[in-house]
Amino acid sequence: MTARHFGTLCLLPLLIFSLAFLALPLVRLVLSSAAGEAGWGIYLQMLQKPRYLSALAQTLAVSAAVTVVALAVSTTAGLYLARNRFRGRAILLSILTLPLAFPGVVVGFMIILLGGRQGLVNQITPGHLVFAYSTFGLFLGYLYFSIPRVLLTVMAAAEKIDPALEEAARSLGAPPSRVLWDVLLPALRPAMVAAGAIAFATAMGAFGTAFTLATDIDVLPMVIYTEFTLSANFAMASALSIALGLVTWSVLLIARSLSGGAVASGG
Amino acid sequence: MTLTLTCVAKTYGSGPRALHPTDLRIETGEILSLLGPSGCGKTTLLRLIAGLEEADPGAEIRFGDEDVTHLPVERRHIGMVFQSYALFPNMSVRDNIGYGLRMQRLPRAEIRSRVEEVIALCRLEPYADRAITALSGGQRQRVALARAFAPRPRIMLLDEPLSALDAALRLALRDELAALLRSFGTTVIFVTHDQDEALAISDRVAVMEAGQIRQIGTPEELYRAPRSPFVAEFVGHAMPLAGARRVGGLHLAGGILPLPAEAGPGPVYVRAEDLRLDPHGPLRACVDSVTFLGTHYRLGLSALTDQRLYALHHGQSAPRVGEAVTLSIAPEALICLPL
Amino acid sequence: MKLLTRYMPLAVTLLACAFLLVPTLQSVLAGITANYFRGLSSGLTLKWVGEVWGLYADSILLSIWLALACLAVTLLIGVPAAYALARAPGRLSRVLEEFISLPLAIPGLALALALLQLYGAQQGFRAHWSFILVGHVLYTLPFMVRAVQAVLAAIDLKTLEEGAASLGAPPWRRFVDIVVPNALPGILAGSLTVVTLSIGEFNLTWMLHTPLLKTLPVGLADSYASMRLEIASAYTLVFFVMIVPLLMAMQWATARAQRILS
Repeated sequence: MTARHFGTLCLLPLLIFSLAFLALPLVRLVLSSAAGEAGWGIYLQMLQKPRYLSALAQTLAVSAAVTVVALAVSTTAGLYLARNRFRGRAILLSILTLPLAFPGVVVGFMIILLGGRQGLVNQITPGHLVFAYSTFGLFLGYLYFSIPRVLLTVMAAAEKIDPALEEAARSLGAPPSRVLWDVLLPALRPAMVAAGAIAFATAMGAFGTAFTLATDIDVLPMVIYTEFTLSANFAMASALSIALGLVTWSVLLIARSLSGGAVASGG
Repeated sequence: MTLTLTCVAKTYGSGPRALHPTDLRIETGEILSLLGPSGCGKTTLLRLIAGLEEADPGAEIRFGDEDVTHLPVERRHIGMVFQSYALFPNMSVRDNIGYGLRMQRLPRAEIRSRVEEVIALCRLEPYADRAITALSGGQRQRVALARAFAPRPRIMLLDEPLSALDAALRLALRDELAALLRSFGTTVIFVTHDQDEALAISDRVAVMEAGQIRQIGTPEELYRAPRSPFVAEFVGHAMPLAGARRVGGLHLAGGILPLPAEAGPGPVYVRAEDLRLDPHGPLRACVDSVTFLGTHYRLGLSALTDQRLYALHHGQSAPRVGEAVTLSIAPEALICLPL
Repeated sequence: MKLLTRYMPLAVTLLACAFLLVPTLQSVLAGITANYFRGLSSGLTLKWVGEVWGLYADSILLSIWLALACLAVTLLIGVPAAYALARAPGRLSRVLEEFISLPLAIPGLALALALLQLYGAQQGFRAHWSFILVGHVLYTLPFMVRAVQAVLAAIDLKTLEEGAASLGAPPWRRFVDIVVPNALPGILAGSLTVVTLSIGEFNLTWMLHTPLLKTLPVGLADSYASMRLEIASAYTLVFFVMIVPLLMAMQWATARAQRILS
């Protein structure tokens, strides 16, 4: 057996698996989106129905807000933790990366514990504040799982910045605020683009959190779920899935071309 | 701008002293290099002068009449060239060079004219609008120099500015750098571990070892009159001639070497280029190795002292390995160190 | 102003920590408190954890089983594939890599719908645990391939292999003797990632599961919807106890693999 044959043999299981369980199902998904009464016109229908459009708009809005806030919080915290050494730093870092392995459902439960009817905020505030099931609750849930992902990417980039860059700016007379704007943030830009794209795509496709919170707003994944299970409208569920997948995939693709290949996973 | 350091020392955390208390005075327009092996404290000293590190209590650093000991780097008004150059990748060559001037909030027109001036001085015109990533190593070095010089700093500090370049380029840029630094006319402190660089560029060299300045002087002084074994060996690779002092001179394993009358009781050193093959010489040695290096041969010699010595031999042919040779050393070439 | 710029980053960091930690602690406490509404004064108990075991032991065990099976499959498929991709870097390899990474970019829900519509009618497969396994492998495989590939790209694979070949090793021996041992840090990091992700996977699993085959996160969703807060919390506590050590091991192994790379 030659080396080339062996290489092909090594690749064979992967090829078979992804053909059977990725390529063919995706083709089937595309075909079934057109299998309804409307045919391919379903994509036009999707854009005409206010229910789908408003779901899309709300999903985009929440995801964009989460991306902005997660970037702000995680960049601040990430820069601080990457540039300072103090006692307790390791503990703070573990707390901030803890939710990495939490599935969306658990994150939803965390938000219920914070802002649900039996939640902490409701217990300690006199005004009986319940926000878990609102758009704000959903926003907090998405923020909960976005902070660790963004933080890790930003910190990895912050630790790679040549300390001499900052020293050079200071030797030329730059005060700390200028160092931040002229040196640190430009150096972090690719990582922030990458992390922001991941946060955005993850929030767009997040299902578990919305499912647990049983939110009163319609986000796209919940609409797809109800179309499929309750209305048995397979064609529309497929079409919406494809639209959602295209949005998240292209956001990651654009971000990668902007950041030079740093975008890896959507999680 | 004269620079005066008094009792400047540095200790990192609870570790050993990186720099022992040091006094140093550098005159206006002088180019001084700090020369020494890695870990000798030369970069620490440079960073203390820059204000990137804070000296241990009791130190005083004066730029001219001004005490800058407690000023942070951004207020010391120095120009620094970093080992990695630390050019801002998000700015063009022109913006990098103008950065220090922008920090001084000078009027735009003045910034522009001064940047152009420095660009012309450093012959960077063809690259002025390029991105940093589109420059070669040598060009980056010139941009780093131009950026540090543009705000007209009181003192220029250079941290191993040639070490990021490959050997051939380093040699070519060494003389160019020396010429540029002279044309700036500012006080320059230059850190290097390469003795050739230090000798070629500076007015005075401070040789450092283990957190201390061992000797300071002009390149010629250091080369011809080192005052300690370390300086003799580090500057110009002098080799010790270990033997007993008796009547007639220095008794080596390979013969008796006459010493000049004024030689003190300290150790005696010689450089490879001064150890000559001489059929009538007083010393005998055995040839261990012969390396042909183009302009000359490098001979490894044993049995002259108990350690292997080298001799440079200019000539059309060389002795063979295993041959016995006789050698001589001109009395004025001997380096007699104080005890 | 000075105070603001100095302490603001620390304040933001602490606030973010509190936001992430407080509900986690609440859920741990609620899981071992006799009555959450009366608070800690009602006493600590393991009663709720016991009830969780009674109610959900099957789903916990199924999740462990699925994670191990998923690990086995991703190892068998992913390690040889990573080797083949690392040996032949080029357009085709990049396209293939990009393709198998699609499950990271496309929401799990969409993938699950695709699988359901193609294989949902085959009852034997649809109702079998291997149907969920397919979803988990689909989602975790890119992580395994990348972790191994990163290590293989950092070592001088070509020279090592040529060295082994010059000593007479055939391709499969080179794979077993040279490639796998040198890729071990990446394989370890990839393995821990796969197990951690598989145990926590919900988006795909919720669509693929059947009432008789519930995984741990599916059980969690079920308990959040229908059980009292103490039981939901105790179940979450059980999940934390499983996932947190895995997460820490995963981060340790990834950092270690990266140290070896640099």
